[in-house]
Amino acid sequence: MKVKVKLEKQAKGLSFQDLVLQLSQFWVKQGCVLQQPYDVEVGAGTMHPETFLRVLGPHPYRVGYVQPSRRPADGRYGENPNRLYKHFQFQVILKPSPVDIQDVYLKSLRAIGIRLKDHDIRFEEDNWESPTLGAWGIGWQVLLDGLEITQFTYFQQSGGIDLDPISVELTYGLERICAFLQGVESVYDLRWSADKTYGDVRLLEEQQLSVYSFDRSDSAAIRSEFELQEKQAKELLDAFKGTKGKERARYPLLAAYDLCLKCSHLFNLMDARGVISTTERAALMGRVRALACRTASSYLEQLNETAAPLGVGA
Amino acid sequence: MKPSAPSKSRPLELVFEIGCEEIPAGMLSKAEEELRANVEKLLTAEELSAGTVVETFSTSRRLSAWVQGLPAKQTDVELEVTGPPKSVAYDSVGAPTRAALSFAEKQRVHVNSLYLLQTPKGEYLAAKQIKSGRTAEQILTAVLPRTVHDLTWPRSMTWTGLGGPRFIRPIRWVVAILDGKPLKLTITGLTAGNVTRGHRFLGSNAIRVTSFADYEKKLHSNGVILRAARRQEKIAKELEGLAKRGNYRVHEDPELQKLVTYLNEYPTVIQGDFDPAFLNLPDEILVTVMRDHQKYFAIENKSGELAPHFLAVINADEDTKGIIRAGHERVLRARFADARFFWESDQKCRLADYLSKLERVTYESRLGSYRDKVERIRDIARWLTEQWFNLGMLQAHVAEADRAAELAKCDLATEMVREFPELQGIVGGLYARAQGEPDEIADAIYDHYRPVGLDDPIPRNLTGCAVALADKVDSVVGCLAVGIVPTGSSDPYGLRRASLGIVKIILEKKLPVSLSLAIGAAAKALVTHKPKRGVTPGQEAKALDFILDRAKFVFREREQFGYDEVSAVFRAGADDLVDAQKRLVALKAIRKSKNFEPLAVSFKRIRKILEKAGVPLTNERHVNPELFESAAERDLHSAVRTAASKVLSFKRGGKYQEALEVIAGLRPTVDRFFDEVMVMAEKEAVRNNRLALLAELLREFTTVADFSEIGGEEGS
Repeated sequence: MKVKVKLEKQAKGLSFQDLVLQLSQFWVKQGCVLQQPYDVEVGAGTMHPETFLRVLGPHPYRVGYVQPSRRPADGRYGENPNRLYKHFQFQVILKPSPVDIQDVYLKSLRAIGIRLKDHDIRFEEDNWESPTLGAWGIGWQVLLDGLEITQFTYFQQSGGIDLDPISVELTYGLERICAFLQGVESVYDLRWSADKTYGDVRLLEEQQLSVYSFDRSDSAAIRSEFELQEKQAKELLDAFKGTKGKERARYPLLAAYDLCLKCSHLFNLMDARGVISTTERAALMGRVRALACRTASSYLEQLNETAAPLGVGA
Repeated sequence: MKPSAPSKSRPLELVFEIGCEEIPAGMLSKAEEELRANVEKLLTAEELSAGTVVETFSTSRRLSAWVQGLPAKQTDVELEVTGPPKSVAYDSVGAPTRAALSFAEKQRVHVNSLYLLQTPKGEYLAAKQIKSGRTAEQILTAVLPRTVHDLTWPRSMTWTGLGGPRFIRPIRWVVAILDGKPLKLTITGLTAGNVTRGHRFLGSNAIRVTSFADYEKKLHSNGVILRAARRQEKIAKELEGLAKRGNYRVHEDPELQKLVTYLNEYPTVIQGDFDPAFLNLPDEILVTVMRDHQKYFAIENKSGELAPHFLAVINADEDTKGIIRAGHERVLRARFADARFFWESDQKCRLADYLSKLERVTYESRLGSYRDKVERIRDIARWLTEQWFNLGMLQAHVAEADRAAELAKCDLATEMVREFPELQGIVGGLYARAQGEPDEIADAIYDHYRPVGLDDPIPRNLTGCAVALADKVDSVVGCLAVGIVPTGSSDPYGLRRASLGIVKIILEKKLPVSLSLAIGAAAKALVTHKPKRGVTPGQEAKALDFILDRAKFVFREREQFGYDEVSAVFRAGADDLVDAQKRLVALKAIRKSKNFEPLAVSFKRIRKILEKAGVPLTNERHVNPELFESAAERDLHSAVRTAASKVLSFKRGGKYQEALEVIAGLRPTVDRFFDEVMVMAEKEAVRNNRLALLAELLREFTTVADFSEIGGEEGS
């Protein structure tokens, strides 16, 4: 497929990279740690340990990061203007949730060039749930002239654990927002930088990874890999029980979590290949959730016993 | 306690507002109602309700209450306190004793103001006390927060942490003004005041208010229409105005109107357009995308064809630059493009090709996949149509019903239904038609989930009815067989709805269906096909009872038959619901005739006698005329025999009213029998013969309706 590289003379709206920069800057000013994408394949920004684990326990934390999110079943070989194998989310976690968070969020829209008074902006009920993470929250999707641009959630549970204090999670859909700002119809026509489009940067990846996940992946190999990763995660989690002292304080629960994330992605690959029945689907998701929940409760124990897990000052 | 003279003070006004982050629109009208009930309940409990009027309001960001005519305080109450008895209170010369003095002291009254009170136990010393009422301010400050805490929501949340407040969404401000002054109360840690907030983008974030009139007016000038009725009026007027401009009308959708009324604090309707090329897609899909996903109203011309425009309700006062319109158009374009993509890509293969994919769609783990369910539905649908055809119903097409059943669930594996689950069945029907299946089959697939409620129409054609019945009977029998029984509000497999659907289809289409045989056919299909689930006779009986319970409900609640009439007819059997309905109509008609109710009483008596004597109706004992001792006995016997043959022939001809009239005509003979004959005679042979006669009578004449169920003793 040939990619159009046609730049408008008067570029409208922020480029994709400027959008990321503006949001990053805005949230850094709000006191956020600017984190980087997690380096294990994930389906959503929530799966980054900076969200999944940070929201547990009492320590205040503010963080923002871009997270590439892989959803193999959503791939369309680069042929659909709106659907992607991998898309980018800008994720913000504010713990505890500030009282003026809706206003601060709306200011972030101003920061990326949206004049609020010219638009129809609404918070419509949309409660979020991730069955594989044992996580859920209450909130809205934010609609900008009918377009869903952000998932806004008061996290209630993560890894099956009631959260205290409550964190707010903001997930911006970067491609959608950028397409809106630039007024383009296809994600591949987005200006990424001054002279490159989203298609220039990403089309090949969409094509090849769609082919892999729909047509070429070896589902038997993926299945056995799932079993292996799960086994290792379980062994790690089992052995945590018997640990003490320094060994316990530096016990690699984060590695167990990585293995859990790998299982989740392998599950998604099998799902895209269409080799999972509905019943099996529920069972496999339950297995990933079990790992996530066990990791979360062990992590919380570790957190309560030691002063500074993940390097957080007590 | 008796109230003293009512307080004369000027009535007060309360303005109360809970400011929230956006509350889900679908919950507001109920919450508004509940808040009003809570405030009224509180005022009544606190004796402040006399002369008050409570109104409540809501928008997405607030719940408000307005109380007019509030008394400034509770009325004072005069209390009478009794002290020691007269004999103890006064000495022999009538002077107060120490006991009387200390009572007066305790009551803080002068001893001279004490008086004697006559009681059933004798005369006692008494004192008057005035208990002064608390002020409205005191009471409301203490208890008003409860009206908010007591609101019930489908799913509440916390926005601070485990010990924190719970509500539907975070509460951010509270206004409570009594007679112009803020009440000093706290709700979820927020101190109430007299400052409200306007519309997010059209108003100020801090508006000081003094009274309700002031509150409503200032909200309005800050972009908030407080009253839902006003918002709805504005929406309705603007919808109509915009549609009329193009000589169109709005595609009726009262539910959507209500939703957008509560979704927006300042609703304004704008029109957008879409590429007429999308009109090639079926209307059902276009309307679903617009309504369910974007909350847009579709518009249509006078003949009901969709126009390439839509109406969106926005939360703003205007769209002068057309920016909002352009945005909404862009979103809809992408949505329609998606739908078109699904429409085309789904149809790259034929509907029947999705059958194999249904193997991966589980219906219920113990009942297999939808692929398995399809085979069962086919069996039952074929069985039903064969039965109907054999009864002479020429429009019963076995092959078509089988084909429709085979394709009915295929759309569950399509991308279109995965994206728009509410279009299940409809998408299958549309694809079938587009792929050249005959209308009869396409319509049957399209309709087979119907009726989804008692007000939803049944499938248009008989083939659709067969598939719908087969699907629903399979669900009921299968689920009950694996122990899925609906409880309370939980009915995940929709078994109640399925049963109501079965009843409604049979009755409306007047279909000859033996429910027990249909259940038997479903049980056979379950054991025949994977996963080969056996159904016990007990489970079959349970399924029958389950469906009959729904049928009783329909006859009572929808067709207005009496509770006892339904019991009487069902006791005589209701395997064929259409027949049961005919018998109900006959019974209702004859009920008013003079012989009927007395005969019903006699039947009840007969049933009791037989029960007491331990004679089961089924045990047919022979009546021996040789053993009769009186004419009354003999006459009853011959009357029963004559009437029985008449009743039988009327019944065969479906003439139930005539049959019931014959039975009612037995009344004088039955009455005479009971007047003159002792059933429980000394001689065993005579007694047994009389019991056999009564058993025969009850057996013969309770096949249309069991009269002993009729009348006063229901539920006993």
